[in-house]
Amino acid sequence: MIEPLLETRDLCKNFGALQATDHVNISLVPGEIHALIGPNGAGKSTLVKLIMGSEQPSSGSVHFAGADITDLRRPERARAGLGRTFQISSLAMEHTVLQNAVLGALGRSGRVMRFLWPVMSDKALVAQAEQALERVGLADHRGALTGELSHGQRRLLEVAVALTLEPKAFLMDEPMAGLGAEGSARMTEFLDRLRQEAPILLIEHDMDAVFQLADRISVLVYGRVIATGTAAEIRANAAVREAYLGEEDA
Amino acid sequence: MTRAAMINAALFAMLPITAGVALALDEPFIITLATKVAILALAAVGLNIALGLGGLVSLGHAAFFGIGGYAMGILAHHAQSYTPLMELPFLIEGTKSMPVIWLVAIIASALAALAIGALSLRTTGVYFIMITLAFGQMLYYFAISWPAYGGEDGLSIYVRNGFPGLNTLVPIQFFGLCFAVLAVVLWASGRLARSAFGLALTAARQNPERVEAVGLTPYRLRLVAFTISGAVTGLAGALFADLNRFVSPTMFSWQMSGEIMIFIILGGVGRLFGPVAGAALFILLEHLLSGVTEFWLIYVGALLLLVVLFARGGLIGSLAGREVAHD
Repeated sequence: MIEPLLETRDLCKNFGALQATDHVNISLVPGEIHALIGPNGAGKSTLVKLIMGSEQPSSGSVHFAGADITDLRRPERARAGLGRTFQISSLAMEHTVLQNAVLGALGRSGRVMRFLWPVMSDKALVAQAEQALERVGLADHRGALTGELSHGQRRLLEVAVALTLEPKAFLMDEPMAGLGAEGSARMTEFLDRLRQEAPILLIEHDMDAVFQLADRISVLVYGRVIATGTAAEIRANAAVREAYLGEEDA
Repeated sequence: MTRAAMINAALFAMLPITAGVALALDEPFIITLATKVAILALAAVGLNIALGLGGLVSLGHAAFFGIGGYAMGILAHHAQSYTPLMELPFLIEGTKSMPVIWLVAIIASALAALAIGALSLRTTGVYFIMITLAFGQMLYYFAISWPAYGGEDGLSIYVRNGFPGLNTLVPIQFFGLCFAVLAVVLWASGRLARSAFGLALTAARQNPERVEAVGLTPYRLRLVAFTISGAVTGLAGALFADLNRFVSPTMFSWQMSGEIMIFIILGGVGRLFGPVAGAALFILLEHLLSGVTEFWLIYVGALLLLVVLFARGGLIGSLAGREVAHD
């Protein structure tokens, strides 16, 4: 079996009596898209926070690239090679599109303590940022203020910033949300190719995209993973149908 | 040249023009006023790095202004009384040399800002305002209760400190010196805003989560910004003390912190030349209105209200329009 790049081991998180994450073991191996689905309130957001370091687990651990990262802070996890996109677009709204992408390249380079040299004249950083914008199709909007972008364009910029980090793994929190049918299809195509660069842990509500993309799917219900398997296995799983897919079909 | 750049240039040129005209008309008091504007603008340029770029509402910048002032006061006091600052473990003498005093002022206020920032920046919002205010007040009362350096009465320095090649007692020469310092710091501050550090700092103001997601630590960025900010305000403090040839605990007072912040709000938060516009406007109002009524500050208060309610970009914002993103 291939060594997983990202792995949670018996991860638990409770808020008082509420068990938001209940002994979750999921893994992400190189080259795959592992989709995490579940009805609202299943604990997907909490799990994302535990993996990214916004919440500390009650017990259990998170492993990434062969190291225990449970105690690392968010910036340290990013530097370790975890690139993420947010469920709600989280960008510097007063900066231009290019500036946001350069910020990512800057974080990657680690050369932030430069005080007198204009960052937008740094050819290497700007080239890296422009390349990422090109890949998501935002190159024409490089000079636009991020706050003036459409919702869908912001989703693309989130992905572009994550690309500039050249991460070892992506964690994408609902990248399709609000993209519309055409945008969704393009993003699906894009992620399909991206998995070759780095595996993607995908949290997504768009079931068409999930079943089209995912090599493996894990279903989270009440904080527990009730099933993990290929798209076909998940479709056929009785417990999943009852807990999740059933209510959509109904 | 954009409209904003033209307004900035005009505003900036106004200071030496005013001083020059005053020199021609033999009005040394006006030159002193222009010097005061340059120095107070410098203090506000310092605060603007924390407030405008970093979004750190510090109500304790008088701490650094005062430390700069006392760095000058203490060094010059020992020099004029021919007593060493300390003898053990090694001898440190006072000095009347501005470059040395400036260096001490910058280092002392930077260290203070580093320490105060390291503690204060663990909080945000109202708590940050309150804790910086508390540190400022601590230093204020410390200065009052420290008899060695004048306590409440402060320290008088009889002769202005010297700068190589200049006669600083001549008002226009001292003005030129202060103006040159302001120009250099404004230039550096403008570069800072466009630098890698500036991009990360302004992004951390808008969205700290985003900055963390690219692997940078907002706390560290803010602490560095706060330290630079304190150092610049400290340098202004040393110049201000030299202008008055006097330093007292009022330089540490929270009213002083408030005034520095008012300069920025009047001029335009985060605008490079906002502090210059704000300080000039404030001193102009003080000069014109304090002759009319001793309650002149009430008019400043009214103006401040108008700016906050109707012209969020301050003076520069209303003249130059919306800030355009520099690419």
